[in-house]
Amino acid sequence: MTVIGWFQIILYCAIVVALTKPLGWYMTRVFNGERTFLSPVLRPIEAGIYWISGVDEKREQHWLTYTVAMLLFHVGGFLIIYGVMRLQAVLPFNPAGQSAVAEDLSFNTAISFITNTNWQNYGGEGTLSYLTQMVGLTHQNFLSAATGIVLAVALIRGFARASMRTIGNFWVDVTRCTLYILLPISVVFTLFLVWQGMPQTLGDYVEATTLEGAKQTIAVGPVASQVAIKMLGTNGGGFFNANAAHPFENPTALSNFVQMLSIFALGAALANVFGRMVGNQRQGWAILAVMGVLFVAGVAVCYWAEASGSTTMHALGLTGGNMEGKEVRFGIVASSLFAVITTAASCGAVNAMHDSFTALGGMIPLINMELGEIIVGGVGAGMYGMLLFVILAIFVAGLMVGRTPEYVGKKIEAREVKMAMLAILVLPLMILGWAAVAVVYPAAVASMANAGPHGFTEVLYAFTSATANNGSAFAGLTGNTFFYNLTLASAMFVGRFFMIVPAMAIAGSLAAKKSIPPSMGTFPTTGGLFVGLVVGIILIMGGLTFFPALALGPIVEHLAMNAGNVF
Amino acid sequence: MLREIRPAIVLLLALTAITGLAYPLAMTGIAGALFPVQAQGSLIEKDGKVIGSALIGQEFKDDKYFHGRPSATLAPDPNDSTKTVPAPYNAANSGGSNLGPTSKALADRVKEDVDKLRRENPNASVPVDLVTTSASGLDPNISPEAAQFQVPRVAKARNLPEDQVKQLVTASTEGRLLGLLGEPRVNVLALNLALDRMAAK
Repeated sequence: MTVIGWFQIILYCAIVVALTKPLGWYMTRVFNGERTFLSPVLRPIEAGIYWISGVDEKREQHWLTYTVAMLLFHVGGFLIIYGVMRLQAVLPFNPAGQSAVAEDLSFNTAISFITNTNWQNYGGEGTLSYLTQMVGLTHQNFLSAATGIVLAVALIRGFARASMRTIGNFWVDVTRCTLYILLPISVVFTLFLVWQGMPQTLGDYVEATTLEGAKQTIAVGPVASQVAIKMLGTNGGGFFNANAAHPFENPTALSNFVQMLSIFALGAALANVFGRMVGNQRQGWAILAVMGVLFVAGVAVCYWAEASGSTTMHALGLTGGNMEGKEVRFGIVASSLFAVITTAASCGAVNAMHDSFTALGGMIPLINMELGEIIVGGVGAGMYGMLLFVILAIFVAGLMVGRTPEYVGKKIEAREVKMAMLAILVLPLMILGWAAVAVVYPAAVASMANAGPHGFTEVLYAFTSATANNGSAFAGLTGNTFFYNLTLASAMFVGRFFMIVPAMAIAGSLAAKKSIPPSMGTFPTTGGLFVGLVVGIILIMGGLTFFPALALGPIVEHLAMNAGNVF
Repeated sequence: MLREIRPAIVLLLALTAITGLAYPLAMTGIAGALFPVQAQGSLIEKDGKVIGSALIGQEFKDDKYFHGRPSATLAPDPNDSTKTVPAPYNAANSGGSNLGPTSKALADRVKEDVDKLRRENPNASVPVDLVTTSASGLDPNISPEAAQFQVPRVAKARNLPEDQVKQLVTASTEGRLLGLLGEPRVNVLALNLALDRMAAK
């Protein structure tokens, strides 16, 4: 570890915190339906969309209607992606002549993109046409991100409102989020990325003759417009197979730094939106503090592990950190930092190959996802995930003192706690359940690229990433098989929607409750005790559930590596 | 509930048209006008022919050129399309080795490379980036140490004084942005082009 490395990390954290308040202010205005500086341009488009689709923007929805609208929206999104992938061979914008994508891979990818996972069983430059990248993937990068954000806002409204039957209008929320938040930032971000060297063209792949006279086919495409929203919306599905490690998908140290900022920007700002909507910004800062504690701890361990390197390499007389699967322009620190950010949030873009990380360095991304991706988390998903843990923590605190728990003026009762528990139980069910099936099913075992405990970690990582809707991978695992295409799709689907529906049920039940003023006996939820309690609950839940699996994977591998074993 | 079906179709199509077509196509037009070189892939031409991209690494095997890092990219096997064969710096199929820290295959491959490099330059310690594959398989850079390590071989192959080649490496070394972000590095293709120019003089 170096001083300059830590300086990069501190600078990163400082900028994320500095962006939180202004972005939170702007997003709150958007979701409250107020005018913004972009209204003169965007309001006519917004009104036009409501007019042609028959949406009455004044009419709010019950939580069930809101949820059904969201689900219908996803059925449509699924059909568009699946259709475009199956038909890409006969559709325009296909200069590389890609053939139709197979049924199971199209199914997996469509589920993957509507759930904001963006697991890459597809190969990017080797599988998809430009039209698929744009209409299939870029569009769903916007809409799945917008969905996550508006669901979080709906849950926040549940806390903020009192004695109301409705939690907002899904169509209005999703349109405003896309037009006023995601699109304008993406436009500026795209131009920045192209300036840094990212291609943005509809032209053919380039045929080059290298200095030594060999032929090199260089894949290009409309990269920047997709990458901008891929990072901002914590989608993470790469234009290229190597994702943000590809020099065209992340050309410079600066593009890397700004991409890392964009992963956290909206998720962190939502903590501020929460504070503003419930009428006390300190409530938002307390939640951000919980995230910050867990994040910095993860960065410290991952950076330390990668900088220490692998004893297998040191035995060969090499010195220094672990550079296998990392790019020189990023080095150890920016690769470790990126890995922690991308898994703390539900992004899943990678600028280094996690499969080649050291055992402990690679365990941190795994833990981040297994904790439910609540450290900032996916745009929106992180916030509603975190609020589920907050409900549990408040419930536990209430049990300790024998008093009905309250949070931001709402009584937390049996229904909320049951729903929160239901949502959280999805994680072990899908992750451990499917991983257990995969390690005894021969066709699934054959997909492992590494032998020994690392092979098990590849499988565990795959189902963890899918269930948590992350999308990063221990990419040695051959995921494009019938078994993994279907099982991973089921993990992604359940991991997304079986968490959303209970969260929306909580939103509805909270919105209907009366608001009670804080009294002497109310547990303060803006101080260090609260932060410590929530961190503790998150670690205990995650630790109890996943420690045995981690012991079989990365922990035993670390011990084996230090004992000089290879597999 | 039924009245949600119309927006589910129409609003979805409208937003798809905006985000999936209008946005990427408009960005392609604007970016192409503002940054024409980058938008096309930062291509380098020599005598009217494209020889590569400034951002994409390419394979160098000749002793008279500086070599990049090992690359784990693959290509379809010409004899059996269901299999793949190694194809270093295949810019149409990026990817890493994905071998883990306890992989025997990785340890064996690295040992072979380390032994070869030690024979080539016994006087310096082998830089780790020169024997490890990059994440994309297309890393255009090597560390300054990895470039300096190769100076004796390149100077000998070209009959140039080592000091002169060394100076060229130093001149081609890029530092951290604002002294803070990223890592010091050398672009292998740019260095080799500069080397060819120097040798031509």
